[in-house]
Amino acid sequence: MPKIVIDQLSLFYGQNQVLKNVNLEVYEKEILGVIGPANAGKSSLLRAINRLYEINYARISGKIRLDGEDIFDIPVNDLRRRVGLIFATPVVLPGTIFKNMSYGLKLYRKIKKQKLNDTVADALQAANLWEEVKDRLYESASTLSGGQQQRLCIARTLAMNPEVIMMDEPCSGLDPISTAKIEATMLELKKIYTFLLVTNNTKQAARTADRTAFFLDGELIEVDKTEKIFTNPADARTDDYIRGRFG
Amino acid sequence: MTFRIGPRTSQIIAHIILLLMTIVTVIVLFFIIGYVFKNGFAQLSLEFLTDRTREMGKEGGILPSIIGTLFITVLAIIIATPLGVGSAVYLVEYTRGGLLRKIISFGADCLAGVPSIIFGLFGFIFFVIQLKLGWSILSGSLTLAVMIIPTIIRTSEEAIKAVPQSYREISYSLGGGKLDTILKVVLPTSLPGILTGVILGIGRAIGETAAVIFTAGSSLNMPTSVFSSTRTLAVHFYILAREGISMPKAYGTATVLIIIILFVNLVAYRLMHRFMAKYY
Repeated sequence: MPKIVIDQLSLFYGQNQVLKNVNLEVYEKEILGVIGPANAGKSSLLRAINRLYEINYARISGKIRLDGEDIFDIPVNDLRRRVGLIFATPVVLPGTIFKNMSYGLKLYRKIKKQKLNDTVADALQAANLWEEVKDRLYESASTLSGGQQQRLCIARTLAMNPEVIMMDEPCSGLDPISTAKIEATMLELKKIYTFLLVTNNTKQAARTADRTAFFLDGELIEVDKTEKIFTNPADARTDDYIRGRFG
Repeated sequence: MTFRIGPRTSQIIAHIILLLMTIVTVIVLFFIIGYVFKNGFAQLSLEFLTDRTREMGKEGGILPSIIGTLFITVLAIIIATPLGVGSAVYLVEYTRGGLLRKIISFGADCLAGVPSIIFGLFGFIFFVIQLKLGWSILSGSLTLAVMIIPTIIRTSEEAIKAVPQSYREISYSLGGGKLDTILKVVLPTSLPGILTGVILGIGRAIGETAAVIFTAGSSLNMPTSVFSSTRTLAVHFYILAREGISMPKAYGTATVLIIIILFVNLVAYRLMHRFMAKYY
């Protein structure tokens, strides 16, 4: 059974329809790359899946299922814990590195200090950040570099023990070395988590994704094995986009 | 040949004009404070600060007024801060910026511009007479609270609006609810701005005369409860000067009032910096 099944999904901001009847499946423990030009609806897709669109007063039609269960039957806070979201610009909350890491955990349930410390350390290790921050957990998170902040955001999401991790252009503001570190982290974590990776960088999708979906103007044009999309796509528009003829 | 000013010269002229404007402002400020201090400092003594007021203020100290002022101001802030901040949170986080928010914001702006004597009259009719609270610290505080709530709403509203939307999204996406997000992310982040509004409110309340003379009265007795009538420092100063009772004592009172205001602001900013150091 696929991890996520999206069925006839449309999303509207007021009169403006940004997703049009999207049907898509995300398989367990794969990296599904999502590519497409600006305004293709890539970010809206992620925001539909964890219901974050609700805080922006958008509305959707269609069905989204997580492990076969309608996302509207799951309490929204649980849904967002199970489906983590990493944003394009790393946003650290005001406060220390440790406070950023423990924020979500402390909301979740009462947690013993030792368990909290262990979870934080594990998550930082999984995000390849532990060595760099282990001696400065109680320093302000804003003192970290951009790449470190993005890995902190990933660690912060990992600490919630999610099932799916959605990333919205996670490397758009980062240098090649930081990008490589994050991609390496992703490929390692694929053993445990399911990934949805929205990226403007088609090469990144080619490097990391198992399958790739191409979106254009709110429509899913095609989805297939990454190799197939990049070498022999079914739709001419996909080919044009990958070859840089538009977008 | 036409006369032209080069870009370098115009820069220098602009610099000088702006500097002069700043100097004029600062000089006026220092002149006022300096003048009051020059006339009032000689009056300051332990007796002046700790003694009861005698012979309508011609003799003795101003302890009842100091206590009355602090009492009224603190109570007004305690009443106004939760109401003001709560309203601001509601406006920003729970309305969609529609008509309701515009009407309330507009109303708050108008209220902030209403002369304080109108609030005094309202307080007199409503709190003193209608609610039968009499001339009392409570009536005075309630009136001052009503007066400073608009300031607190508006400054808090701006501070809360300035919290990046991305902070809220992070909180939600980590499984936080609306209340978690407001209490643990939005309010701590906007606290410095909110505190600025509260400090402005304290400033308005502590130096107010018209609104309290109608509602707290002008008793010179030592206040014993929130139902005691009292005479705040600003009112005491006004009466001493206006009725020609004692100009030296009036300046002494003004000096104490200014020192209290400076002290309150210093403490508030120190608290804010300590908080910022902890959170940022």
